[in-house]
Amino acid sequence: MKMQENTYSKHNFEECMKCTVCTVYCPVLQVNPLYPGPKQAGPDGERLRLKDPFFFNYALKYCMNCKRCEVACPSGVNVADLIQAARIKYDHSAPKLRDRILASTDLMGSLARPFAPIVNGVTRLGVTKTVLDATLQIDAHRSFPKYSGRSFEAWLRRHEKEQATFPEQVAYFHGCYVNYNYPQLGKDLVKVLNALGVGVQLLDKEKCCGIAMITNGMSQQATRHAEHNTAQLRKAVGRGLRIVSTSSTCTLTLREEYPNLLGVDNADIRDSLTMATRFIYEKLEKGATLRFRPDFHKRIAYHTPCHLERLGWGIFSEKLLRMIPGVEFTLLDSACCGIAGTYGFKKENYTASQAIGEPLFQQIRSVNPDVVACDCETCKWQIEMSSGYPVANPVSILAEALEV
Amino acid sequence: MRFDTVIIGGGLAGLTAGLSLQKAGRSCAIVSTGQNALHFFSGTFESIEEVPERMAGLFSEAGVRLHYQNGVRLMPLGSFRPAALALDDVDIFPQPAFSRKALIVSIAGYQDFFPAFLAEGLEKQGTQCRIHLLQLPEMAQLMQSPSEMRSVQIARTMDRVWEKIVREIRLLLKDEDTVILPQVFGLQDTTVPGRIRESIPARVVFSGTLPPSVPGIRTQQQLKRRYEVLGGNYLSGDEVIQAHVHEGIVHSVVTRNLDSHYLEADHFILASGAYFSKGLRSNPTRIFEPVFDLDVEAAEDRNAWYDADFAAGQPYMQFGVRTDSALRALRQGEAFKNLYAIGSVLGATRPEFGSGAGLAIRSAFAATDQILQSSQK
Ligand SMILES: Cc1cc2nc3c(=O)[nH]c(=O)nc-3n(C[C@H](O)[C@H](O)[C@H](O)COP(=O)(O)OP(=O)(O)OC[C@H]3O[C@@H](n4cnc5c(N)ncnc54)[C@H](O)[C@@H]3O)c2cc1C
Ligand code: SF4
Ligand code: SF4
Repeated sequence: MKMQENTYSKHNFEECMKCTVCTVYCPVLQVNPLYPGPKQAGPDGERLRLKDPFFFNYALKYCMNCKRCEVACPSGVNVADLIQAARIKYDHSAPKLRDRILASTDLMGSLARPFAPIVNGVTRLGVTKTVLDATLQIDAHRSFPKYSGRSFEAWLRRHEKEQATFPEQVAYFHGCYVNYNYPQLGKDLVKVLNALGVGVQLLDKEKCCGIAMITNGMSQQATRHAEHNTAQLRKAVGRGLRIVSTSSTCTLTLREEYPNLLGVDNADIRDSLTMATRFIYEKLEKGATLRFRPDFHKRIAYHTPCHLERLGWGIFSEKLLRMIPGVEFTLLDSACCGIAGTYGFKKENYTASQAIGEPLFQQIRSVNPDVVACDCETCKWQIEMSSGYPVANPVSILAEALEV
Repeated sequence: MRFDTVIIGGGLAGLTAGLSLQKAGRSCAIVSTGQNALHFFSGTFESIEEVPERMAGLFSEAGVRLHYQNGVRLMPLGSFRPAALALDDVDIFPQPAFSRKALIVSIAGYQDFFPAFLAEGLEKQGTQCRIHLLQLPEMAQLMQSPSEMRSVQIARTMDRVWEKIVREIRLLLKDEDTVILPQVFGLQDTTVPGRIRESIPARVVFSGTLPPSVPGIRTQQQLKRRYEVLGGNYLSGDEVIQAHVHEGIVHSVVTRNLDSHYLEADHFILASGAYFSKGLRSNPTRIFEPVFDLDVEAAEDRNAWYDADFAAGQPYMQFGVRTDSALRALRQGEAFKNLYAIGSVLGATRPEFGSGAGLAIRSAFAATDQILQSSQK
């Protein structure tokens, strides 16, 4: 019998057996009739695109890159990677100004932060929102994330000496959100890690992970960020450090999107980068202990963000939260909240974004928790805005529950 | 991370085992690469001739209601097959000639349901059929992407508009004793099929569609949710790639996502399905079980794997992993002390457990019985 010697199938697309399972789990397909769905946009479309780029469909931009299709596929097809890779390869239209602004989270952060009170005031104003809506098509329903007056980096630098005294050290990839919008999460992480005898360092210079650039058609800029960040991580690993992150999206991007979508090889350092929750769980498993407040009591509903679901590490957040005495824990059904980074900010996606999240918001309302726990900053904006319940990172909840 | 039992595969077999172990207070982790054969489930449980009480209990606690009646079920293309146990919105008839006159209702543009084939099959049984296609403005949205006019997409709309459909059917109905609808109701709201039945003055039959199966997906979601409420961990989209074995005992398994973080347990259950789910794989020379390299009962000669007649019973469907009388998996003739194989990874090697869903459920109970007899550490 004659057999083919080598099969090379990028993103495993030859493995597709056309079972349609991915289409069941795509949140966009449920609400947006213009989107062809993961099977059509992914492996089916790829077969055509490989024959002739003419078959590239611009409706692929509606994919949120949530990766739920990949989690569902029984055949190991990297459906979302196929779709994003096709956008990188075939979509050469210049991104809109609006998309460039939304994607440049660190640039925006460094520009806005010194004027934080003014920027926060201005972006909260109804008139600004209306203008943004009309001129840039950023939906007026959205609240812009607030900018913090002092960056996390500046705060941690002031505590450098004290952090250096801990016997064990890690580097922290804080991401744009912690640096510019919510330094408190970074401080919470420092508190928990210090309680475990671990000091926290910054990378020499980190840049935005670039996920928003990838999904907004700015792959060249994203690749530059990927190369920069990978080099920074490599330096830290060279100093014997592991790197932790509190954002599931940054972690997925640094570990998986860099090699799979941008072709930036990180095989040597990939395993050194981990979610803080996994790092903390593993320390506790090896015998470290945390002392919790005896009076702590909270009803927590945990939402697994899409990218953490793809990483497969939601179990660490769940186990940590369940470990805190006084916590009543509910696991929410795994479902997308609809924001998907910058996706939900765009006017054309607003309705779809809200419709996608509705089952989750309903479940949260029926559980009626004190707080929703979640490891993703954009989920936090979406869930707080749409369900009215406060959202906190599991690390912040741990920090609050600690006896110090 | 340590558990009482780690289950490889989260289909019907893995979930049944996980549910009964969690219920008995044993901590489980189910690792499942992707979704499973329940997404193609007809709603009738093959090879179950009586309702196992344990199963009915476990399923009803999850909100999955079953009914039992010896008879036949209607297949998507109008033929009939024997059946006994089914989800409560899936009908079993005493005999194929169950209706004198039937109104078959579908939705314009829906390509995965075949009223004409159904009518042809039913007319052979002496049932007079009339077909009506509903034109629904709510479908106009979906129609923009005709490749996605699939059962699950339609079902999502139906959960919202079923009352309107009922009103139309009531107007359409003449002297038919039966209304046949596609199985696209009750994906989220499980009360919908029952409410449709109550509000139409004729027998309402929900008939199978091409996959994905709406009742199957609903069942999967209900079982998984219940398992999680009982405290079980379900690791979706992760794959067991390797096992650490010492002297016939499995100590831990390695998964793709958790890499260096091993899952340790006292017991392991392999519920990884057959070829569709990659619990069994083949290459040009052999059929093998990829995680433990268990002994597989299969014909040596590749030409004996399949029958050139496509419609014939295919020999490869019989192949499966070898086990001892307690369902412990064998490797090179030796049984692992704490690894059980259940569900369709067994192929037809254990005919006493039945086939299809019957095999998945009975073998899951047999393996969990062994585990529950052992003392909890
Ligand atoms: C298309 C189709 C339709 C069917 N319809 C019916 C029906 O209507 N009625 C009936 O009685 N029977 C039906 N069957 C038979 C069916 O096989 C059984 O009913 C039953 O659902 C099988 O369950 P299972 O749990 O053994 O396997 P599966 O449902 O196949 O589940 C196995 C799971 O294990 C996962 N897995 C595999 N390897 C690994 C690994 N290394 N690590 C982690 N996870 C892994 C897979 O991704 C999959 O999710 C059908 C089978 C098929 C294929
Ligand atoms: S990509 Fe995977 S889930 Fe989707 S049709 Fe192909 S095999 Fe099925
Ligand atoms: S990544 Fe998400 S939005 Fe894109 S096709 Fe997959 S499931 Fe749909």
